Amino acid sequence: MQYKKWRCLICDYEYDEAVGAPDDGIPAGTRWDDVPDDWTCPDCGASKDDFQMVEVD
Amino acid sequence: MSAVMTAPRWRDRKRYLWLLGAPVMLIPIMGGLLVEATGWSLFWWFMPLVVYIVVPIADALVGEDRNNPPESAVADLEKDRYYRWAVYSAVPMEYATLIWGAWVAGTASLAWWEYLGLAISVGMVTGISIAVAHELGHKTDPFEQWLSKIALAPTGYGHFYTEHNRGHHVRVATPEDPASSRYGESFYAFLPRTIAGAMRSAWKIEKARMQRRGLPTWHWRNDAINAWAMTPILFGALIVAFGWIVLPYLLIQAVYGFSLLEVVNYLEHYGLCRKKLPSGRYERCQPTHSWNSNHVFSNVLLYGLERHSDHHANPLRGYEALRHFEDSPQLPNGYAGMILLAYCPPLWFAVMNRKVRAHYGGDLTKANVVPRLRNKLAVPATA
Repeated sequence: MQYKKWRCLICDYEYDEAVGAPDDGIPAGTRWDDVPDDWTCPDCGASKDDFQMVEVD
Repeated sequence: MSAVMTAPRWRDRKRYLWLLGAPVMLIPIMGGLLVEATGWSLFWWFMPLVVYIVVPIADALVGEDRNNPPESAVADLEKDRYYRWAVYSAVPMEYATLIWGAWVAGTASLAWWEYLGLAISVGMVTGISIAVAHELGHKTDPFEQWLSKIALAPTGYGHFYTEHNRGHHVRVATPEDPASSRYGESFYAFLPRTIAGAMRSAWKIEKARMQRRGLPTWHWRNDAINAWAMTPILFGALIVAFGWIVLPYLLIQAVYGFSLLEVVNYLEHYGLCRKKLPSGRYERCQPTHSWNSNHVFSNVLLYGLERHSDHHANPLRGYEALRHFEDSPQLPNGYAGMILLAYCPPLWFAVMNRKVRAHYGGDLTKANVVPRLRNKLAVPATA
């Protein structure tokens, strides 16, 4: 299954499943569904609900 | 059930105080009425007199409020539409004052110092309205987003809408942020850097967003363009209504208004710096990366903007739910008093440099330091 990207609606931060968020203890390859619900955008603090899936480029 | 019944229900003691933010916008009109009543033209300067004399004294006398709403009350606070309407109501008041001022500038025969006082008074209102636009611009509701841009139009600072969320919040308290001031940087050095930097950054952000959507940069959906466009339309309408004599008034209030926002930017993050992580990203923004002020009087007038430490750590929290944190650095007065200090760099440095050094335990390599001093301190460029 292809990796997807999710973008923060507030600040444009991009969560790339292939990269994860290692600084937050989320290893590369973590699917969006497996990102903990209390994780927030590292740039602006927005919640997971404020992210939208973007087309893979 | 019984536990819920017996727990004393927490009540927001500031609930009705938040209604004071909107009538503040009308102070220049009250000044005009006082001129009428007393014949003293000093009252054309009523707004700066109130903000720079009454507010700092009131902040010192009324003091601080370090109480936080209990976590259990936050969800209800943020759902309560009342707090949103308390913010919305400031925007029509801002416009009432701007239009009233244009009418006075266009129809009364004012001496130059009276005209200037009028323009500065209204500029303080449109400047404080950027705090209103700020509160609105953080929300994802399209109505609030539009109202935010409308509140920005009188100062011509429409790009703030883009730059604040997507630029400033991302890079806050790093050397890369034009709106975070550096240790050893005076307000007068900061001002041109932040004005130019914010515009450049907003344009870059919008250009990239338009590209992603497959639209040309010059398009009405570019948020910098549609927000900026409101300003010439507004100014044009006021010039048609009241004549060219209002043009200097409009320009003075706009420049003074956005300079007021920028002096507030100056004091919100002075010298504070986030650590760079091995990955090349900066650590998450913590409450320790913004100066906080719990001074009740000015906080009520500014919709809690001075509880800035929590705002940057949790930008989606509504103003009514912002908290005080013990470990965040504290300003010695509210924003109004601190602005006066920022206008006099030697005094500012005397008070604030000591506070920055104390915050970092004397280790300025951890601070956001002006490049000129950075070399002297041998601070690594990205520390």
